[in-house]
Amino acid sequence: MDESTRAVRRLVAASAQAGMATGEFLRHVCRTAAHALSASGVGISVMTDDGTRGVCAASDPLSERAEDLQFVMGEGPCIDAFTTRRPVLVTDLGGSAVHRRWPSYASAAVQDGVRAVFAFPLQVGAARLGILDVFRQRTGPLTDEELPLALAFADVTVEALLDRQRGAEDGTVTPGSEPADVGHRAALFQAQGMVMVQLGVSLGEALSRMRAHAYAESRPLDDVARDIVTRRLRLEKDSS
Amino acid sequence: MTTVSAERLAAIFVEAADTLVDDFDLIDFLHMLTERATSLVGAAATGLVMADPRGRLEFMAASDENTKLLELFQLQNEEGPCLEAFTTGQPVINVDLAAAASRWPRFAPRATSAGFESVHAFPMRVRQRVIGALNVFGDTKGGDFTGADVPIMQALTDIAAIGLLQKRTIRQGEILTEQLQGALNSRIVIEQAKGAVAQACGVSVDEAFTAIRRFARNHNHKLTDVAHAVTAEPGLAARILPH
Repeated sequence: MDESTRAVRRLVAASAQAGMATGEFLRHVCRTAAHALSASGVGISVMTDDGTRGVCAASDPLSERAEDLQFVMGEGPCIDAFTTRRPVLVTDLGGSAVHRRWPSYASAAVQDGVRAVFAFPLQVGAARLGILDVFRQRTGPLTDEELPLALAFADVTVEALLDRQRGAEDGTVTPGSEPADVGHRAALFQAQGMVMVQLGVSLGEALSRMRAHAYAESRPLDDVARDIVTRRLRLEKDSS
Repeated sequence: MTTVSAERLAAIFVEAADTLVDDFDLIDFLHMLTERATSLVGAAATGLVMADPRGRLEFMAASDENTKLLELFQLQNEEGPCLEAFTTGQPVINVDLAAAASRWPRFAPRATSAGFESVHAFPMRVRQRVIGALNVFGDTKGGDFTGADVPIMQALTDIAAIGLLQKRTIRQGEILTEQLQGALNSRIVIEQAKGAVAQACGVSVDEAFTAIRRFARNHNHKLTDVAHAVTAEPGLAARILPH
């Protein structure tokens, strides 16, 4: 795990309260991220794979509006980031190319004072869970220090959403524990694909089951993944 | 690895230029480059890693993709030729793996046990920034690069970087990040698809990859598209491998 992910996990865990409901927890992530990224606000939209919006949260009313607008108008950086499965980084919402790309959204957001939007997919490969949007009232890019942090906030949100799917309502990770890691290691993703087919569940569900197994057995997620790939371990259909 | 043929090199440049059209797939493009680089210099394997914005070197493509080789790339976040080329911005060439145990105590013995004799790495650059590295493995003794080979391999590495930035634009930094993150995620989808096919067909993940790639080529699909299809429709995973 890299430094920024560790730092963000600590930041989120430090002030999160036990038993926070998902919406409340996401709002907490939004506020923490907005502060860490010198942003005017942050919004998170949880989405199903077909793009339907579910739970959403924002750090403040203006960001909530900037987030909602994209779904109302059916266009915007967040929608594109979800569709293309990659970040969409807009350093100047008032630019002419931006206006051509999202005519309605760009005008409306600028009118509200939003000048830059950075949209990050909440995803692990083909498993898509939603989008995290960073809003700023000034133009300009995220710095080389802020970009890794923003990506880390997206990863930490993905982890929390996956764990909450398994009913772990208090999905926050306490500092000092050895948390399961959405790393970028091949065996982890291969195991995810195997569990998907084996149990007939979605890719997201497959990963959340692997994480639950790792927690329950107090084993590193990577070890669990390796055992699945080498077929030494088979998750049971109704294991949690 | 003798000095390369100018004609074969020219053919690769033309193929690369021809691939860099509107709707190309970055991972397919990088695959193609690693395969051409391998045959051009008679290497055993060639692979490519790129740094994500958090500074991790992530495997992107290789001429031959198997678990052992993937582990060698993964290990280079700690030590190895790619990490050196990435950190220094300079090529690392003609390293005899049998004599490299003190330089890379973990990487060298594992590369040797994977059947390799020599290793080289070339920094992948965009303007002043180093964004990754091309890794070449040799399996014969005395097959070192000559002085003339080095700029040629560097040029091939530079072409790989162009693949990320084919659209010249003022928002270059943003495009680079968007493309790179997109490619990293595609890489994850490929691993997920390998797992799905391995499980559905009862084969190893390495065999699963070979089957996915063969399927993509036979049907003239992009590797990433086939991987996405397999993860979206597990029924397809069982049909990837011909019975």
